[in-house]
Order: sequence, then structure tokens, then C-alpha cells
Amino acid sequence: MYVAVKGGEKAIANSQKLLAEERRGNPKVPELSLDQIREQMSLAVDRVMTEGSLYDPELAALAIKQARGDLQEAIFLLRAYRTTLPRFGDGEPIDTAEMNVRRRISATYKDLPGGQVLGPSFDYTHRLLDFALAAGDNRPAAEIAEAPVEGGMPRVTEILNYEGLIETEQPDHPNAPVVDLTRNSPRYPAERAARLQNLARGDEGFLLALGYSTQRGYGNNHPFAGEIRMGEVAVEFAPEELGFPIEIGEITVTECQMINQFKGSATQPPQFTQGYGLTFGHCERKAMSMALVDRALRAREFDEHIDAPAQDEEFVMAHSDNVEASGFVQHLKLPHYVDFQAELVTVRALRKAFEQRAEDSDTVSDAAE
Amino acid sequence: MTSKRPTACSPEQSAERRARQRWMSALAKAEFGDLDSLWNNLPSKPAWTVIRAPEVGMVMARGRAGGTGARFNIGEVTVTRCAVQLDYGAVGFGYVMGRNKRHAELAAVVDAIMQTPSRREALERAVIAPLSLRQDAAKRERGQKAASTKVDFFTLVRES
Repeated sequence: MYVAVKGGEKAIANSQKLLAEERRGNPKVPELSLDQIREQMSLAVDRVMTEGSLYDPELAALAIKQARGDLQEAIFLLRAYRTTLPRFGDGEPIDTAEMNVRRRISATYKDLPGGQVLGPSFDYTHRLLDFALAAGDNRPAAEIAEAPVEGGMPRVTEILNYEGLIETEQPDHPNAPVVDLTRNSPRYPAERAARLQNLARGDEGFLLALGYSTQRGYGNNHPFAGEIRMGEVAVEFAPEELGFPIEIGEITVTECQMINQFKGSATQPPQFTQGYGLTFGHCERKAMSMALVDRALRAREFDEHIDAPAQDEEFVMAHSDNVEASGFVQHLKLPHYVDFQAELVTVRALRKAFEQRAEDSDTVSDAAE
Repeated sequence: MTSKRPTACSPEQSAERRARQRWMSALAKAEFGDLDSLWNNLPSKPAWTVIRAPEVGMVMARGRAGGTGARFNIGEVTVTRCAVQLDYGAVGFGYVMGRNKRHAELAAVVDAIMQTPSRREALERAVIAPLSLRQDAAKRERGQKAASTKVDFFTLVRES
């Protein structure tokens, strides 16, 4: 049996040329600039940064352009790029209580301190195609209130905490190491920090479906969107040569705190519990899905019966990463000529044996007649 | 900004540290174009040597479970760093999100000059204050636009 193992260089080179031409599209149409993608496809940029695990809007815009708008391919490109950079260290945890809020809503309290700030949202649009936009009639002007939103808005969980009705999240020891899935493979049972990192990088579609499944009864935990906030927070880093933290810039993040019922256990009183979601940029659907799945994955901690996919941390963590998933599914396109030849030989032999048996039994029944 | 890893130091040292944190923050958060033009408008600039060439890398951004709980890794941010030394000895550092090497170098040079008492006030007026003003104005405008979307609930009173 002969299997060709070389060849195809010219075809591959030409395929890449063709890909580049298709990416450019009709040359009579002006080419997209990275600025245009960053400014006008900003939610695509945010998704690519979140799942690509690298906050850099320019690079995300380049990845989207290079990937012809295929966001998973763009995420792959960004993940590949981040492996080429050194890591200077770990930042101080961002303080979302100090966020410069551009959107902040709660589904549990109407009149909460700081109020309901809708910000830029699709929620109240009618989802009708806007043909004025198609005609290029796009002169947006936001209203400007006299006073800006208040800084340091209290969290909804603080209000509940005041009554002692919600679990309190305790900070870990500041010198304790923080598990990092980009350096070490996950170990099961996984700690919450590992699960949250995995979910933060995880595929939005996968987490959306899992979150939805919990709402439909597969591991239900009665969620309320306690609070969703989006805005800018400072990133602080303490360089060794300075010995104290400095702000190195600002990032946009979306945070979701789901509040869930908990009936209590032998040791814990009935109270509300939390699911938490946090993303780069404005990825609200992702943050909400992440919070639902985070809470579902805490089943063990609360002695809840584990019978649904969203509660199974090995299942969730091993399948949430779309770079890994896409790689394994798409590797099926690679040459499997030898594998397949072997299968072919096996099936031919089995078929021959099967036909032989059928022939033999025909002969036996003919003889019986 | 709050210093979350306090180390023992005198009140003067901690005031000096807070001052440095403030200007380093203003330099890092500046739009590069703003910093570049303010720098170019300076009447006199000291000579400097680059002691660590601008380098692009990453810092891991972290959050806390539930906003206040245990730390976890969200993902990395690109950062460019640079260290410079002025001809009269002061050393400055630039740590700036993004991949703009010139931005990191200018931030380091301004950081070095700001540590020089005789030059601090003039540079504060010429560079740091205008940058802070612009950042505050941009932040205020974002906050005002957000405030315009704040819901005013009204309750319909039912006549009984």
C-alpha cells in the first residue's frame, strides 16, 4: 500500500493567495481599516479579547480583519499571539465597586442607590432592521445629563448582606498563589478560581446554552440578575523595581452578579448565594451565562444533587474552550489516509466473512429442501 | 488609588509614593497624542539614556469572585515598559497598557523628571495637570451620557 506523504506545497501557497483575495473582497469596495473595526465592530472586538484572553483592542481588530470576521478564528489568532509575549507579572485584582459605570441595572431592586442606568443597550430596541442606517444616515448624538452618574455605586449584594441574607465572599490571602490555567492544566475537583478563569475564557455560545439549560430545569437554581454593571476600571500592577502598585491603564469590563435561592443545609442557614460573571469589554450575554454556570458548578459546595451537565465541572471545563474544541473537531480535515486504509481493509475483510456466512447458510437451507 | 500592599514607610515616603502613583497613572492613561504634543511643546528637555529598552509584554488582569471574594485570573492585558536615566542621575519607569513604545519611553522620562524637586512644579503644570484635566473631562462626559439613561420611575396611584 502506497500513501503519498509529500506534495501540496504549491496548492497550499495558492490557496493562501486565494484566501487573501477573498478576504479583500471586491477591490472596488474600500478596504476596512483597523480603526473602523475597533470603533464600529466594538462588540466583536470585546468578544475576541475576552475569549482570546488578551485585552488589546487594536490586536483584536487585526485578528478580526485577518479572520474575515470569523470570530473563533480571530480568538485563535489572539491566543497564538499572546504566547509570543513575556508576562511581566500579575496585576492587583480590579475593583469593580470603583467602576466608572456606564451601565448598571438590577432586576431585584427597583429603587437602588445610584439608580438603574441603562447605558448603551439593545434591550429596548425593537429589533427591526434600520434601513436609514443602510442608507448611511447615521448621525448619532447621545444626550448629556447635567450631572454624571455617581462614582462608587454600592452593590446590590451589599444591600442583602446588610440583612445577612446572602453569603459573604471572603477575599483569599493576598500572598496565596492564584491558580492559572494558562500555566497548569486543571485538576479536579477544581477550585472556584480555576473554574472562573476557565469560564472567563470559555466560548460564549457554549456557556449560553449551558446557562439556558439550567433555567430549563437541568440543574436549576432560581437565578435573579441581582446586578449587571459595565464600565471602566483601572488596572494596577506592582513592578518589582518599584515595590508598590501603579495604575497602568484602564479597561472596560462587564460584571454580572446572579442571586440564587439556597434552602440551607445542616450547617448553613437558608440564604441567597451568588453566581459571578466577569468579562473584558461589553459582553453582557457572556457575563450572565458565566454567572449562571458558575453558580451551577458550585453544587458540590452547597450539597446539591449533581445530575445536570452544567453542574459537572469536568464536562464544562473540558469543553468550554473554543480554541481547543475547534482544533479537535477541525483536525478531522487533516489527512487520515493511513488510518482510513486500515479501516477499509478491516471492513472489506468483515464484509467478505459476512457474505461467506450468508452463502454457507443458503447452501445449508438448499440442502435441507 | 488605594495601595493594597502597604509596606512600612514614613509619612513623607508615603506622600511621595502617592504623588508618584498619581503622575504615573496620568501618564499611563493618557492618549498618546496628548502626551506627545505636550512633550513636544516643552521648552527644554534633559538628555536621557534608555536603561531598559521599551519592551512589550503582558500583565495578568485579575478579578475577585463575587466582586469581593477570592482572586481569579480574567486574562492578560498588553503592556509596554521602559526604564530611563536622566543625565543627572534620576531613574524613571514607564508602564503603559498597549504596545506603544514611544508612549512608555516618554512616560518613563517624565517620571524621572518629576522626581527632580526643582523641575517638578513646572512639569506638573505643563504635562501632568493638562493630562489629568483631559482624563477627568472625558470621564465626566462618559458619566453624563450614562446619567442621561438613568430611569426615573413613577408610580401610578390607583384610585380606590
